[in-house]
Parts: sequence; structure tokens; C-alpha cells
Amino acid sequence: MTPPGASAPSELGTQTEDPHLQSAPATARSIVGRSPWRLAFERFRRDRLSLVALGVIVVIVLVAIFAPLIAKGTGHGVYTQYPTAGLTPAGLPRPPNAVFPLGTDDLGRTLLVRIAYGARVSLLVGVLATLLTVSIGAALGLVAGYFGRGVDTLIARAVDVMLSIPFLLFAIALASVVSVTPLHLGPFTLGKGVPIVVLVIGIFSWATVARIVRGQVIAIRNREYIEAARALGASSWRIIVFDVLPNVLPTIIVYATLLIPVSIVAEAALSYLGVGIPPPTADWGSMIADAQSYYQQAWWFLTFPSLALLTTTLAFNILGDGVRDAIDPRGTAFKA
Amino acid sequence: MLTFLARRLALGILVMWLVTVIVFLIFYIGPGSADVARALAGRDAPPATVALIAHRLLLDRPWYVQYGHFVWELLHGNLGFDYYHDEPVTSIVAQGIPITLSLIVGAAPIWLLIGVLTGMYSARHPRSVLDRVFTTFALTFYSTPTFVLGVLLILLLYYQLTIHGIALFPGSGFTPLTQNPFEWFRGLILPWLTLALVAAATYTRLTRSSMLDVLGEDYVRTARAKGLGERRVVWRHALRAALTPIVTQFGIDVGTLVGGTVITEQVFGLPGLGWTAVHAIEEQDLPVIIGIVIVASAAVVVANIVVDALYAFVDPRVRLH
Repeated sequence: MTPPGASAPSELGTQTEDPHLQSAPATARSIVGRSPWRLAFERFRRDRLSLVALGVIVVIVLVAIFAPLIAKGTGHGVYTQYPTAGLTPAGLPRPPNAVFPLGTDDLGRTLLVRIAYGARVSLLVGVLATLLTVSIGAALGLVAGYFGRGVDTLIARAVDVMLSIPFLLFAIALASVVSVTPLHLGPFTLGKGVPIVVLVIGIFSWATVARIVRGQVIAIRNREYIEAARALGASSWRIIVFDVLPNVLPTIIVYATLLIPVSIVAEAALSYLGVGIPPPTADWGSMIADAQSYYQQAWWFLTFPSLALLTTTLAFNILGDGVRDAIDPRGTAFKA
Repeated sequence: MLTFLARRLALGILVMWLVTVIVFLIFYIGPGSADVARALAGRDAPPATVALIAHRLLLDRPWYVQYGHFVWELLHGNLGFDYYHDEPVTSIVAQGIPITLSLIVGAAPIWLLIGVLTGMYSARHPRSVLDRVFTTFALTFYSTPTFVLGVLLILLLYYQLTIHGIALFPGSGFTPLTQNPFEWFRGLILPWLTLALVAAATYTRLTRSSMLDVLGEDYVRTARAKGLGERRVVWRHALRAALTPIVTQFGIDVGTLVGGTVITEQVFGLPGLGWTAVHAIEEQDLPVIIGIVIVASAAVVVANIVVDALYAFVDPRVRLH
């Protein structure tokens, strides 16, 4: 299955003799003294495109962190409406000018500051939703793959159900219901906003992670070193956490990196449809939705939030590809 | 093969049953009953009227009673009536299906053709200039949210062209195929492009990696060693095996799209299934939501079964097992 030339000649001899090393992320095993993570890091460092993407992400993160400073520097608040300076006499958004570098929106608010604040919501939801998705998916995948039998059947069926559910329809239904009637979960109350969006994305996207992790675990659960751990009397949980998890971790990390842009898009889509982050919070998805009514008068209102969103997802996707190539250069992690 | 199909079918029905239960539960924890009855009764209606309406629509009963009623009606081939206009849900769904299907039928060939052709070129000429161009485009479109691409297409290809006197496409709306095939086609080009360009990106990436894998396999080397022409090796031998993951993805995508064109329909104002569902959700119109969700998940289930059956035909290696 390996394309010719993709693997170094030195590993051809070891490939079949050393089966449990094969699942480890390293490929250049013959080089002594460097950990697989170190090798992955060095591969990543040579990948110029990914480094650029990483740089872009760092900039976006900084913008998100220092959004209040941008607001202070320009003197425009994120929620402040400027009825005269920010709107034309006809009540339309103002194009980019010296006062408002990216123009204003339909309520006469500054787009620059609002886009900067929008980065906060996008990144926060993107990362939190990915963490939630990966945690649920990895936990269920590990349990299903390791224990097999009834547990496995149950989880595999649950995965089938989740994958057959029309994601957007359910996400909209759940998000709209919860945004009207807050959900009480013991001491926590979930209403509109970031927590519910994170929860909705997490609930509806763990299935793919679970399926991939389960496949990987099944592939390694009967390896000698696992048998050895069992023979030494290690408990199942110990084996899962210390022997199985480290071997599927590269896959999980790669998948998580690729999941961040997907979660960011999901959040923006929910907000675009009006069931995500409620106004007046600055959010790229809802800004695009608002701008759609003004595209004939105010191209900047539509274009700048779209570009912000597109740049972010593109940078994360490039980074994700880079991380995958660095950790798993032969692309074996997703074939199990 | 038959037992396999029967098992898949049983599983599919189980999935759809669970899906309806989940919809009922979501509706039940929400404000559904109170909202619907009040909206129907009117703003100044006395509480007694609201209660009466709630009672007539079974909204004052626990969710399992409502659910039992729903299943009972379903077994009689009846999806119920919408809360607001007493219109049969089957006819509401039937109005949306042609629009959603029009979207899928037009977009699917576009993305399949673009994706497979660019992917195959990239795999046969890795690291060439065109490969880099295709890969870059694929990554860009892959990263573009559907609604962003949609609104940008409207801005550039509809608005900018129209104000410069080139009215190629309408900005929104739907003309039935039976009414005016040309207007149908013209009105759907932008929605098709929106759906297809985002999807094609996945296919370019998938075809490229799948084809690269297959071209490295022993049997391809054997075919070349036999002296077969490169064209025959690529198109007859390699493509066939490389198609397996593509067929899987295609089947699942088409199935998912029945309930997944929500955003495209919303952007272009096309009253298909997704658009109807979003409005039903806004109005908490449970029977309509359930009807559309059933159709959408049935499409996914059927698509999965068809894909599994197709496997055997596409990939000769599967037939051996």
C-alpha cells in the first residue's frame, strides 16, 4: 500500500520483523537517540507551508486575545453604535475609511473591532468543541475496541445511529430549543451562547473519532506487549491508559487538529442560521448572515467577515495536513 | 448476501426509530407545546382557548402518549398534519423533495467529475505544477464554509455581473423543471456550484491519495510489466480499485445531502426540505420536523445499503471475500 519511494530504504528490513513498532508514529527507526515526537517535530519544522499557517494562526490568536486593545486603540467599542459617523444619511453602512478601517455594519458599529472580537468566539468554540468531540470519541472508541463483545456492539450501533442522523437538522433543532428554554443539568444551566454550541457540536460529531480509534485499538489489542501487560496482572484500565492510549494518541492528535476547522465552520454555520451565538455578541457567522441583506450596498460588510472566517479555516486545515504528514508520514494511521 | 441485506435493513429501521424518539425528546424538553398553542390561539386569546387547542393537538399529553399516537398514525401510512394549516405532512414534504433533489442531481455530477479528474491527474503527475494548483484549490474550497461560498458567489456572479448588465443568473428562487426547464437550470447554477465546489475538494484529495496508493501496488506493476499501455493500466486496472473509497464517499454524501442542503437552500432562498425544516423548527411545528427528519435519515440509511451492495461490483477484490 505504500507508494514507492515514500519510505527510507533502511526501514525495509525491519518492517515485518518488528510488528508493534509499526504502529508507533516513528518511521526512521534506525536513527538512534531521537524520540518519535522529536522526529515528527523536525519533519514539521521543515514544512514551510505549515509554518506559515502556524504563523497565521498565532496572529489570529493574538488578535483574539488583544481584541480589547484594538477597541481601545481605535476608540471604538465592540457594541457601540455610531448613528452619524458610522451610518450614511440614508442609514446604510459606511465603506472603509480613515475612521473605520474596514467600514461599518448595518447598525453603524465598527467592523474591525467586531471582526477581532469574532475571532474569540470562533477559536474558543473551535478548540472547546474539538476537545469535547475527541474526548467522547476517544473514550468510547478505546472502550469499544479493547473490551469488544457486547460493549463493542452497543457502541458500534450508537456510532451507526449518530452517523445516520442529519447533523444540521438536529443541531438546529436542539440549539433552537435550548436557546428558548435553558437546559438544567444539575447545578449547571445551559442557555444561549458558547456552552450550548460546544455541546451541540460535540454531541453530534464524536462518532467518527470513536470509529477510527476503535479500529486502531482492535488492530493492536492482541499484540505481544499488551498480552505481556495482561500476564503481569495489569488491570484493563491500566492497560488502556498506559499501553493502548499512547499508541493511538498520534491518530487522535492528527484528527483533533483537522477537527478544529470543522468545528469552527459548524459554529459559524449555526450562528449564520440564527441558532448559534446570540446577538449582540460579535460573531463571524451571524455577521455574514446580517451582511447578506446588504450585499448590494455594502460589499465590505459581507467580504471582511467572510475573509476572516476563510483565512482561519484555511490556516487550520493546512496546519492539520502538516501535523498529519509530520506525525504519520506514510498515512497509515487512518487505514485501520 | 441476502442475510446481510436483511440485517442492514433491520439496523436501518432501528436507526430511524431512534431518530424519531430523539426528535420527540428534543421537542419535549423545549417550549414546543406552549409556543404552538399560543401562536395558534392568537395574542389575546383567553387561557381556556390555548388549553383547548393544546388539548386538540395532544400537546398537553406526555411525550410518550404523543409518540404512541404518532407511531399509530404512521402504521396507517399517515405522517400527520402540520400544526398551523392542517396541511398533510406528506404533501409538505412532497413539495420540498423536488427542490432538494434538483440541487443534488445537478451538483453531484459536477463535483464527481471535477474531483475525480483533478485527483487522477494529480496522482499521475505528483509534484507537477498542475498538481500543486489542484491541491491548493482543493484545500481552499475544502476550507470554505458553504454559506461563505454561496454569499460570495451571489455577490460576484449575480450582483456584480447584473449591475454591469450581464444578468446570467437570478439571485434566488426556484422554477420547477416542468414549468420552464431553462429557468430551472439557470436558477440552479449558482446553488449547484456552491454545493459542488465545496464537495469536489474532498474528492480531489480522496482520489489523489487513493490513486497514489493503488499505483504503488504489486498488481499495477504486474500490469505494466505485462506491457499494457499506461492508459489501460490507469483507467482499467488502477482506477477500478481506487474508486472504492470514492464510491463510498459519494453514496454517503448523496444520502446525507437530502437533509444536508439546509445552508445552500437558506442562502439562495430555495424552499426545499432543509429550508422547510428550518422554518418548521422556528415554529416548533413538530409533525413537519419529524416528517423531514424521517425522510432525511431514510436517505442516509438507504445510501449506506446501496454503497455496500455496490462495493462488490466496483472492486473485484471485495467479491473474493
